[in-house]
Amino acid sequence: MTRFILSRVGFGLLVLFLLSVFVFVLFYVSPSDPARIIAGDKATEELMAQIRVKLGLDQPIYVQYLNFVGNLLRGDIGFSYRSGLPVSDLLYARIPVTMSLVFGAVVLWLAIGIPIGIASAKHPGSLRDRFGQGFAIVGISFPTFVLGMMALFLLYFLPTKAGVTLFPPGGYVPFAQDPLGWAWHLILPWTTLALVVAAVYARLTRGQMLEVLGQDYIRTARAKGLTERRITYTHAFRSAMPPLVTQLGIDIGLMLGGVIVIEQVFGLLGVGSLAVTSVAMQDRPVVIAIVLLGGVFVVVANLVVDLLYAVLDSRVRTAAR
Amino acid sequence: MALLEVSNLVVDIPTEDGTVHAVQDVSFTVHEGEFFGIVGESGSGKSVMVQSIMGLVAGARTSGTVDFRGRNLLALDDEAMRSVRGREIGMIFQDPLSSLHPQYTVGWQIVEQIRAHEKISQQAAKARAIELLERVRIPDAAARFDAYPHQFSGGMRQRVMIAMALSLGPALIIADEPTTALDSTVQAQILDLLDEMRREFGATVVMISHDLGVLARVADRVMVMYAGRRMELGESANVLCSPAHPYTAGLLRSSAFNREPGTPLVPIAGRPPSLLAPPSGCAFASRCPDAMSICSERPPLRRYDDGTEVACWLEGEPGEPPAPELPPAVEARSDDPAADASIVRVESLRLAFPQRRGPASVVLDDITLEVRRGETLGLVGESGCGKTTLARAIAGLVAPTAGTVTFDGHELSTLGRREWRSLRRRVQVVFQDPFGSLNPRRRVGSIIGDPFRIHGLASGAERRAEVQELMELVGLNPEHYNRFPSQFSGGQRQRIGIARAIALKPELVILDEPVSALDVSIQAQVLNLLDELQRTLGLTYLFISHDLSVVRHVCDRIAVMEGGRIIELDDADRLYRDPQQPFTKRLLAAAAPEIPRTPARRRLVRAARPREAGPAPVLLPERAIEGARR
Repeated sequence: MTRFILSRVGFGLLVLFLLSVFVFVLFYVSPSDPARIIAGDKATEELMAQIRVKLGLDQPIYVQYLNFVGNLLRGDIGFSYRSGLPVSDLLYARIPVTMSLVFGAVVLWLAIGIPIGIASAKHPGSLRDRFGQGFAIVGISFPTFVLGMMALFLLYFLPTKAGVTLFPPGGYVPFAQDPLGWAWHLILPWTTLALVVAAVYARLTRGQMLEVLGQDYIRTARAKGLTERRITYTHAFRSAMPPLVTQLGIDIGLMLGGVIVIEQVFGLLGVGSLAVTSVAMQDRPVVIAIVLLGGVFVVVANLVVDLLYAVLDSRVRTAAR
Repeated sequence: MALLEVSNLVVDIPTEDGTVHAVQDVSFTVHEGEFFGIVGESGSGKSVMVQSIMGLVAGARTSGTVDFRGRNLLALDDEAMRSVRGREIGMIFQDPLSSLHPQYTVGWQIVEQIRAHEKISQQAAKARAIELLERVRIPDAAARFDAYPHQFSGGMRQRVMIAMALSLGPALIIADEPTTALDSTVQAQILDLLDEMRREFGATVVMISHDLGVLARVADRVMVMYAGRRMELGESANVLCSPAHPYTAGLLRSSAFNREPGTPLVPIAGRPPSLLAPPSGCAFASRCPDAMSICSERPPLRRYDDGTEVACWLEGEPGEPPAPELPPAVEARSDDPAADASIVRVESLRLAFPQRRGPASVVLDDITLEVRRGETLGLVGESGCGKTTLARAIAGLVAPTAGTVTFDGHELSTLGRREWRSLRRRVQVVFQDPFGSLNPRRRVGSIIGDPFRIHGLASGAERRAEVQELMELVGLNPEHYNRFPSQFSGGQRQRIGIARAIALKPELVILDEPVSALDVSIQAQVLNLLDELQRTLGLTYLFISHDLSVVRHVCDRIAVMEGGRIIELDDADRLYRDPQQPFTKRLLAAAAPEIPRTPARRRLVRAARPREAGPAPVLLPERAIEGARR
């Protein structure tokens, strides 16, 4: 088991290394000049050369890269070109917002998607199933920002115009400061994100459950005289879980790297919105840090999924012993 | 006393293609304490019938009555039915690996069943589960309680299933093909265990099987089903040695266990009718050698004084159709007239797979073997004994770790690419699973034509002609050239595999369990085809099988394998008469059912018209039946 974990961690580090090289090369070959962006249109060549020397941009790319890695290993991920603040401070302020958004939405989309999927699979072809399938298709095909705009229009704009403030238009209140305010501000983004993703989970759950419900051991469970409820959850859903866990791990990992559209629509200052402004401003250190952060989340999420597999699947667990 | 009384049971299953009439008007009675067998080929409706009695077939429409201890099971509501399942009727299924939940320990699964029906503590349930595991003789039961199904062997898993079915002391145990997925020696142990448990627990057993030989060994009475109908029911000894229905008789004539080696099997011609539109008269009429014009009407039920009941118009014994005539044998083919008598020589062959931890696992160990030109050499053994691997090594599909394989004087390991290619044409393989071994997206013509394409021998119209000739030869309709494998039945698919194998006129054909996935009557057709091809084309066969009765029937010599070694090799007759190794003896004992050879003398008691609408059976005057005969 330790051997397995070590090999997965090693592989993850390799992925992160390749990712960092890739981003570096991408910036190096891109035509834009950070010095120009920092100094502005009217800057002289001299000033720009000065800036380049200061940022180390006059060095060959491998030197720049080695400097970056060296700093990274010391825990220093550099300063923003734009604001001059440490990148770590910027991220530190943004990560809790994105995390709040993602984890709240995860709970919601699982609570919506899985029951719909199970109900559909129990009676394939029934009205319930068709309704669930319809929900999934609508959810999957709806662009996130349209749903977000609609939520804002229906639940914020109209009620507020009528004099009732149901929900705030956006913004973020730290959990530590005011837990209720935190939740109140996040309800609309949570719901929007959850509705879109829940559709995927409803379909996935339905497919998995349909497959498992056709298995011989489900027939055995029925022949044992178990209740339908127990057959559905303890026997069938237990076996349908591993693919859901995989999907969940990948989704969480990806989203922690920034939920760009939702953060923009609801004015949440999370990692996603930071990524958008930093890319627009050619703020190289920040973009690299965000890309690597996203990479770390994906790698860690995958590692967690692999470990969960061993917990969930007796065959993997006993083989690893 | 009757424990289970099934009357006029009809099971219809709506599907996308139409309604499958899986069970049509079947009645039978199971007495308390007896071992009742239901036999039928795939599609006969036997499994669907018992599962629908238990309410396990989703979407099935049933009518008739199933009286169990005074209640009609078909009329029970969900909750009442749930308390019957598991508690009063225990079930054992075919494949114990897929029938046990892979993510829970076996102990947990038994405890779950006990606690689903009885309010007892976890500890008490666990103690009872361990006791049950001990009674079905799982070694070290207390420790194995926490093991998962995949950590048991097939036979042990089936013991766990039996323990689970017995856990609440049910009055009736339904075993659906409980031994089909197991090796023959294990099969015998499981049957004995089942019989022992029946006595010990005072339970009644209904066992379903496709194998009359297996059933006849344990069952008191047997019911024969075909195309969803009941054909014959009687004492198993009577059914087995003097079948009253032409279908039963045909089934026995096509079973290898029931025929003297050397005598050809007599297959039942044709295929079972579609259950979407079953014939209104006798379902077997189209394949029946004794068919009469009246067979297009529903046959009457005849009762004999020995308890046998038959649904058939035929009076008296079913006729014996002549055995198929075999073509004269030609000399075994050889390109080189000076070639020696053996086509393959295997010397001290060893195959081992290195493992990450521990010693290498030895699959084949010091095997020395020769295959003689023109013979059929049988390779038997239980699963995992290395027989298929040996065949693959002989075909050159796996490289041995040590030792040599020589084909017609050429040592395989020394061959260059070109020589390999030419050798490939001379050794061909037919695989076990006719469903999995044909690419479903390719047309049959192109599958059979592959060898010509690969070896660049014929193309275009020429290839098509060759392929159609082959199809004709193996008994397929050449017009089906452009069909897909899914449009063929199992037996026909195996013919496709055979046609492909013999396309390039090979000398050696390796048959890896060629008939084990097929029904008995279809098995006989394919075995006869193989025999015929061997005679006309002068082929040499290496025949791998776990079914000793089939092996004995077709093979000249037999090699018995155990744990990667050949432990005994002898002429088929001598091996059967005088086995030397204890393992061979066990294998033989497990395979050969004791068949009583005393034909029953019986007298017709009465013949009744089947009930159409009215409740009272109408007695047919004897003369009416006389007159009905052609």
